[in-house]
Amino acid sequence: MLDIAGTQPVSHRPSAGGSVVSRPDAAKPAPSWPHRHLLDVDQLSRDQIEGCLDLAAEMRERRARRETLDLLRGEVVGLAFCEPSTRTRVSFELAAEALGAQVVELPIDVSSVTKGESLIDTLRTLERTGVSTVILRHSMSGAPYLAAREVSLRIVNAGDGLHGHPTQALLDAMTLRDALGTLEGRKIAIIGDIAHSRVARSNLHTLTALGASVWLAGPPAWVRGFGGWPGVHVADSLEDAVDGADAVMALRIQLEREAGGGVPSLREYTARWGLDAARLQAARPEAPVLHPGPTNEGIEITSELAASERSLIGAQVVNGVAMRMAVLALLAQ
Amino acid sequence: MSRFGSLNDPPVTFLLGGVRVVDPSEGTDSVRDLAVLDGRIVESAELPPDAPRLEGAGLVAAPGLCDLHTHLREPGMERAETIESGARAAAHGGYTTVCAMPNTDPPLDEPARVGMVLDRARGRACRVRVVAAATRGREGERITEIGELAGMGIAGVSDDGQAVASGRVARGLLSYLGPLGLPLIEHAEDPSLASGSVMRAGPIATRLGLAGWPASAELTIVERDIALAEETGGWIHFTHLSTSAALEAVRRAKARGARVTCDVTPHHLALTDAWVAGDRGFAWDEPAGVAADPFGTALDPALAYDSACRVNPPLASRADALALLAGLADGTIDAIATDHAPHPRERKAVEFAAAAPGMIGLETALSLGLAAVAAGYLTLPRLVEAMATAPARLIGEDRSLRPGSTADLVVFDAQATWRVEAASLASASANTPLLGMELPGVVRLTLASGRITYADGLDTLR
Repeated sequence: MLDIAGTQPVSHRPSAGGSVVSRPDAAKPAPSWPHRHLLDVDQLSRDQIEGCLDLAAEMRERRARRETLDLLRGEVVGLAFCEPSTRTRVSFELAAEALGAQVVELPIDVSSVTKGESLIDTLRTLERTGVSTVILRHSMSGAPYLAAREVSLRIVNAGDGLHGHPTQALLDAMTLRDALGTLEGRKIAIIGDIAHSRVARSNLHTLTALGASVWLAGPPAWVRGFGGWPGVHVADSLEDAVDGADAVMALRIQLEREAGGGVPSLREYTARWGLDAARLQAARPEAPVLHPGPTNEGIEITSELAASERSLIGAQVVNGVAMRMAVLALLAQ
Repeated sequence: MSRFGSLNDPPVTFLLGGVRVVDPSEGTDSVRDLAVLDGRIVESAELPPDAPRLEGAGLVAAPGLCDLHTHLREPGMERAETIESGARAAAHGGYTTVCAMPNTDPPLDEPARVGMVLDRARGRACRVRVVAAATRGREGERITEIGELAGMGIAGVSDDGQAVASGRVARGLLSYLGPLGLPLIEHAEDPSLASGSVMRAGPIATRLGLAGWPASAELTIVERDIALAEETGGWIHFTHLSTSAALEAVRRAKARGARVTCDVTPHHLALTDAWVAGDRGFAWDEPAGVAADPFGTALDPALAYDSACRVNPPLASRADALALLAGLADGTIDAIATDHAPHPRERKAVEFAAAAPGMIGLETALSLGLAAVAAGYLTLPRLVEAMATAPARLIGEDRSLRPGSTADLVVFDAQATWRVEAASLASASANTPLLGMELPGVVRLTLASGRITYADGLDTLR
């Protein structure tokens, strides 16, 4: 497992120095990459998704060897996080710096952006200051599409409202492919609040594109309407979803959703949909467990299971940096 | 080529030769000459020999269109629209009357404010009637001074933008309105069900991760108000009906003889919720792309989440749009009303959920209606009735092309097409997802109260 803390220090200057290994050809991105933005996985063909996964695996190896790539040297990557986030932001920041980019954090007033006033204004300002790529996290579905239309910056969606979180889905697919060899014909169970999960939506695009069948389980209001998605099944119970599954993913539930009528209480949620070792018995032996994090341990997944050897949660974090390197490299072509 | 006139202009005289005259008041649809003398329709023989002769071959003449639901935005939001620009947009769209809705700033909730709008509206490019607020401040509690307002000629009362949330207040309104012969114009939407939603619930909303507006939000208020109208004898008019469930409730109530009428917008007839995902097919077109496969189709980044498609009530499902077309064709729906809702660019150049709801409609309504006619979902006479004769009757105006009537009419070319562009619109705003599209139906002449309010290539001035 890679030690993220051991990589080069976070810096707001382009990386420089004797350790730079400049071999862009060795990390040559997959051919045919026509996309200027990464708005969601739905825009990617199966070949392009697999190309991302392959390139990310290579990035992971090269990071493990402490190589510094300079595919993004001279570029300025802006982090526009209009919603609180720690792990996605840090992951993108490490990825951009590992590729030699200068990273700037954009001072975005979360409260004014969520009122829909200043996103375009902020991005317009950036356009003029040399930023080439913006990593955008936003509380409203579709915000990256607006950004991509209104400004000339490259936009990477780092999570928009309930809609999409493509790099998370790609890193989940990478993690699953590592564990299962292939996703073709595999049964993947996703448990929890699908309706309010951008991670789930992007995962449905990605996993079905790679040939998996996805089974959903959760409170009725949180899984309703997804049965029409090709390759997706809404199970009647957690047990049905997990039965024979090749892997099980639990989603973070937003604790405040309790009030919206989806579930009567967190206690009841855990009693009916919480993932633990006993419930995982119905899955295939060795079936791994994933969670996009951060976990509410003891609610959607037990602490024991999250820390067990069946858990790929740590691998997801490592793969996150590699996948974001791969995506930034592909978009910079 | 084109020009606007006003109601202050002198009445005109001309002969329009060989035009297809569609007059639902007479039940006629025939090609003939149409003679106008000093602003009145006359027999051709009554015209002086030197009267200008205009060529009407290939054109349709119909009674002037009447919009029951227009947001003119004045006072308070003049950056979006003014009475002047809105009246021009109306004339450009073939309208001779619009009903100004009261959710201005301040709202039209007292006689002085209604009087101010009526004063400012004089001599514009169309007649302006006012729908007064149903409750003071549109707060849903104390009803406005409807008796005095009725004397000023209001078309009805409404808290449009929202429903009259309290059943008790709605009951009081219907009861008080009954003897005055005026409707409560209801924006049927249960706030507890609709709160936070930004598009119609369904597969497209699920795909896009946008909070869904359930059809029950409309149905619960419609059923409540029908019950209240039947109890009180009051007249309930549902505006911008958008669901088949509510339509069926209206159909049942009408069959019982309840005092219920309703209208539908052009965008709820022709557009669908798939437009939010970037589809640009009309409801009657064979679904393709994201409309055919909501989950498996890649979104078009150029069109997905276009805030021009954010409107309230939200764009309907295709099934509901087709049901509304059928309801309009069979007369369950009385009228087409635009819900013309101008917004300045800054209210729309934001995230979908943050965008102000509403789209403009005065200048595209006839075109969308003609597209539905071309697709075989409506007859031309029924379209004219729903856009002109029927809404005019609901607000106490006559519309007829028989000799002796005031010449209040629109002449249009149903076959010619035009491209919807900001520069081609008279409205001060351009918030419509139809921008860039080529639509059938070009208005050549609008005549309001015998005066030319808009002319394009068909004019008594040379």
